[in-house]
Amino acid sequence: MAGQLLKETLLKIDHLRKAYGDTVVLKDISLTVHKGEVIVVIGPSGCGKSTLLRCINGLEPIQGGSITLQDKPIDGQSKDIAQIRQKLGMVFQNYELFPHKTVLQNIMLAPLKVQKRDKEEVRQMAEQWLERVGLLDKKDSYPRQLSGGQKQRVAIVRALCMEPEIMLFDEVTAALDPEMVREVLDVILALAKAGRTMVIVTHEMSFARAVADRVLFLDGGEIVEEALPEVFFDHPSTDRAKKFLSTFTYDAVRHHDVPQNY
Amino acid sequence: MEALGIDVLFKGSNFMRLLGGLWVTVELSLISVAISMVLGVLFGIIMTSKNKAVKIISRIYLEVVRIMPQMVLLFIVFFGATRAFDLNFSAETACVIVFAFWGTAEMGDLVRGAVTAIPKHQYESSYALGLTKSQTYYYIVIPQTLRRLIPLSINLVTRMMKTTSLIMMIGVVEVMKVGQQIIEANRMTSPNAAFGVYATIFLFYFIACWPISLLASKLEKKWSD
Ligand SMILES: Nc1ncnc2c1ncn2[C@@H]1O[C@H](COP(=O)(O)OP(=O)(O)OP(=O)(O)O)[C@@H](O)[C@H]1O
Ligand SMILES: [Mg+2]
Repeated sequence: MAGQLLKETLLKIDHLRKAYGDTVVLKDISLTVHKGEVIVVIGPSGCGKSTLLRCINGLEPIQGGSITLQDKPIDGQSKDIAQIRQKLGMVFQNYELFPHKTVLQNIMLAPLKVQKRDKEEVRQMAEQWLERVGLLDKKDSYPRQLSGGQKQRVAIVRALCMEPEIMLFDEVTAALDPEMVREVLDVILALAKAGRTMVIVTHEMSFARAVADRVLFLDGGEIVEEALPEVFFDHPSTDRAKKFLSTFTYDAVRHHDVPQNY
Repeated sequence: MEALGIDVLFKGSNFMRLLGGLWVTVELSLISVAISMVLGVLFGIIMTSKNKAVKIISRIYLEVVRIMPQMVLLFIVFFGATRAFDLNFSAETACVIVFAFWGTAEMGDLVRGAVTAIPKHQYESSYALGLTKSQTYYYIVIPQTLRRLIPLSINLVTRMMKTTSLIMMIGVVEVMKVGQQIIEANRMTSPNAAFGVYATIFLFYFIACWPISLLASKLEKKWSD
């Protein structure tokens, strides 16, 4: 990425420290996200990936360091946090759509009530996005009438219609049946192609490799490796990363010439 | 007609008297229900408090109300309290006190259940969309709470209406009592009056409660996620 240095910095995390009581979950995280970049965060369960995204969104108080979005500090307690959150589109693991609202109502609520935008304009935008993710015919359905993959695509559209600067994805396919993973990841891949800035937490390694500009490997609350995807996946430089990546491959335990009458 | 004892209903003003008794039942239920709903919402919100003392006290209140038969409560309030504290209130007042005391506890527990049943994620995805705290309550939490609450509280209302039949025990002349009086008065002329009168009362209760339960199950179906 040649012009990287010239690119606008959107998100800057500086020596972030996060603890629950005495347990330190994020030790000393520093990260800069430029406009148009796709950062993939991977790491073992419990290493603090979700916590990192929640801190970026001001859902968790932090114990040290700073997080700024376009030079404005993110602080869950401050009065203008709602203002800042509009620029951060977050999609959670458990597709938290609002069960008492239809797909369209779910999508239009925040643009209308938070951003006070024009209803017709928002509706058109929502329908365009629904069309693009193949769900226009579901616009008047309730969340309970949708499959997991469909709900998750709606949740993505809901976040997109706020016109955020950065999208944050927290294991958005982890709760899905395998055959639905693809339809959701394809939407995210399309967003990456269109040049969206994203921070993605995922356990889907081949997806990570395809979508990432940079991979962050998080372990024990710190960034252990930060590298281009090809470098990270093919030549991880730390033992911890090697060990983690090896959990995704299986060694053959049987040889095909042995069990003849299997 | 004679054999079923329905004929007594058409003697004199019997039917109107029975209707008058029904009105007493409905009136007392409605007053108690109204008080219970208002106090119950307040009590329910108090019950969601994290304060230990508040939790224990409200728990004790709820358990006492649940364990005590309503009849015992009625006797305590009407006969006990009037004697012990030299209070002098009517049987109707006693019954409103007891039913509101009971209804507030039950309603409070329903409200507590409905509020705490909203998952934390609902709040978070709302905040993440930039909604403020009060917008989150207004658009997300309260509508979902009401949807859970309304069918449940309608069931409570029918339960309270039915239980009002107990108040004849402390001398309130409600529909059951009127029925008994009619049966007594016509013992000689129509010995089968009991069946007709009670069947009619059954019908009254059914007509009063059935539409309410029907509404409840309809709403429940409509709003179930
Ligand atoms: N509210 C909380 N209170 C106390 N500890 C917490 C809380 N939330 C998370 N933790 C701890 O913080 C650590 C990091 O959690 P986090 O959810 O960020 O992990 P993760 O990397 O997202 O894991 P996974 O891949 O399983 O989603 C875990 O050890 C967890 O037990
Ligand atoms: Mg997580």
